[in-house]
Amino acid sequence: MSDDLSFFFLLMSNGLLIGLMYSLIALGFVLVYKATDAINFAQGEFVMIAGFVAAGALMVWGAPLWLAVTLALASLVAFGFVLERVMLRRLIGRPVIAVVMATIGLASILRGVGPFTIFSGTKPLPLPIRDEPFMLGPIFIPPIQLLGAGVSLAFLAGFGWFFLKSRKGIAMRAVADNQQVAMAMGIDVERYFGVAWAMTGVVSALGGILWGNLLGVDVNLALVGFKVFPVVILGGLDSIPGAIVGGLIVGVVENIAAGYVDPYVGGGTKDFAPYVLMILALMIRPYGIFGKRIIERV
Amino acid sequence: MEPSRKRSCERVPRGRATPHPTGPPRARRVDKSVIQRECGVLKTTYEADMGLYPLPIARWTVAAVAVLFFAVIPLTLHEYYLSVANLVWIAVIGALGLNILVGYTGQVSIGHGAFMSVGAYTAANLANRLGSPWPVNLLAGGLMAALIGAIVGIPSLRIKGLYLAIATLAGQLIIEWTINHVTFISGGVQASIEVARPRLGSMVLDSQRDMYYFLLFFVVLAIVGTMNLMRSRVGRAFIAIRDHDIAAEIIGINIFRYKLLAFAISSFYAGMTGVLYTYFLGIANYEQFQIGVSIDYLAMIIIGGLGSVLGSIFGAIFVTLLPIVIRYTMEAFGGVFFAPQTVLNLIPNLRLMMFGALIIFFLIVEPEGLNRLWRNIRSYFRVWPFAY
Repeated sequence: MSDDLSFFFLLMSNGLLIGLMYSLIALGFVLVYKATDAINFAQGEFVMIAGFVAAGALMVWGAPLWLAVTLALASLVAFGFVLERVMLRRLIGRPVIAVVMATIGLASILRGVGPFTIFSGTKPLPLPIRDEPFMLGPIFIPPIQLLGAGVSLAFLAGFGWFFLKSRKGIAMRAVADNQQVAMAMGIDVERYFGVAWAMTGVVSALGGILWGNLLGVDVNLALVGFKVFPVVILGGLDSIPGAIVGGLIVGVVENIAAGYVDPYVGGGTKDFAPYVLMILALMIRPYGIFGKRIIERV
Repeated sequence: MEPSRKRSCERVPRGRATPHPTGPPRARRVDKSVIQRECGVLKTTYEADMGLYPLPIARWTVAAVAVLFFAVIPLTLHEYYLSVANLVWIAVIGALGLNILVGYTGQVSIGHGAFMSVGAYTAANLANRLGSPWPVNLLAGGLMAALIGAIVGIPSLRIKGLYLAIATLAGQLIIEWTINHVTFISGGVQASIEVARPRLGSMVLDSQRDMYYFLLFFVVLAIVGTMNLMRSRVGRAFIAIRDHDIAAEIIGINIFRYKLLAFAISSFYAGMTGVLYTYFLGIANYEQFQIGVSIDYLAMIIIGGLGSVLGSIFGAIFVTLLPIVIRYTMEAFGGVFFAPQTVLNLIPNLRLMMFGALIIFFLIVEPEGLNRLWRNIRSYFRVWPFAY
């Protein structure tokens, strides 16, 4: 195999695996949007907070891994519930910009909170997996990416099943579809809003642990949140398969762009290319690949 | 209706603010008094309703405020406070521009920081490459930003709400990247270009006091411009689009045109803000216009009050002064709780947190912002002590 081709395959495989890890975070966004019509601009900060909790428990407190993961999950679920109750429920029925700005404000608070606790510098978040990449011919795969992709796929499948088959999942879809009708059918709409935010907490906690291991835990961990928007716009805001496909596309595109364009422009293409793609998607197919075509036109 | 009154009605020329000849005599009395305030809505014509000065006392208030800002403040305050005031003035122009788009037209933009950088780099490049004077640079910066803003606003023709917010966010990131990576635009080292101080004739405006007057001139221009824009056909079209876009289209407003116009006007203000900020700092640097700035300006208009000129001013003052107040407070009292070195690290984080908390607080508790609080206070004292 020629060098060029193996370089291409390397970029592709890396992109696909990273893309699945983006999907996991995007899933948190989709869950909330699907059920409550709220837009979470603080998704990256959720992930960051989960990383803080897990790394704090592991590195500062010296807790075993299972306890750290449990703590991260529990605190994020509680955070999701409380947030819905205290903030988002009061913003129901308000214009889009109100919810957007409220979550931006929340993101701002969460970013500022780190240095007031034990987190002023970058902390590692070690997981008991091997560091050396697996070699597959010319392609090498870091184990953390493999683990991340596996967890993402498991969760995406799990939530897919939840929404399609389980009673609660069907109730949530009913809430997402039409809140008033759902209420008339005896579904406790507000409770399901809370459940949706708690589920986002679960996804964000796992995302925070995986991404925290990959990047190290500090405020910059929140920047993965910026990748969520291209993923969900490409895939469709309210579609779980869309989150997977969007994640894969974004992962591949940013890796290919970084591999082939970066040498000419001096870096930064990774963050730039997905947004160009997103703008194109907004022009051509604003509701995304799998999204519902209910986008209101003027 | 008796014929004589009908005739007198017809004799009143259309479009004049003359009180109704047979209207309540009270209206005339109000016109003559100087300090009297109305205690209800007594307007009888559309012209009276649209007037910039609803009562004679408004003229006096404006005159008093003008004396305060043109004479008292610049002549008494220290240079440092004047530099703070200058930052406020720059923010006022940007907030007014963003409010035209978000508050009056109802289109979200998370890309205004980038539009400011477009203005800043246009002016800096013109000044350094062609040596053009500042009025040319200012205008060119504003127009360039208007063009780019209108281009970023094109998706608003097809999408709105959340989708538009994300599209403008993409605009912000793409413009930021482009300026940073295209050396033709970003020029010198660290993507920053130095700019000479503006000159008026042979006078170089290099002290804070000179800049104060320089900026205040544009602030007045921006305020009057916005108020008049909103009284015009264009402004009413903006408001109609905000209130209900489909209804606006049905009554014959060309939505495409007016949305793009709103983006262009708003970005023109943003571009001017960028140019003025560049002249204020003496350097154009993309780091001054990152996404945090876009969010700062959104916070200004939300805290101040969406869709109000006075609200934009309040919000700009509030958000500009907040970090300064936090810094002083922390320097004074922060040592009680933290080590001196950590205090310095905590200040920017405390600012972030206060900022977020204030945005959420105003969104939940007082969505109409400081402007509403101000109106409440005013209407309380208007009829005080007979509040019933």
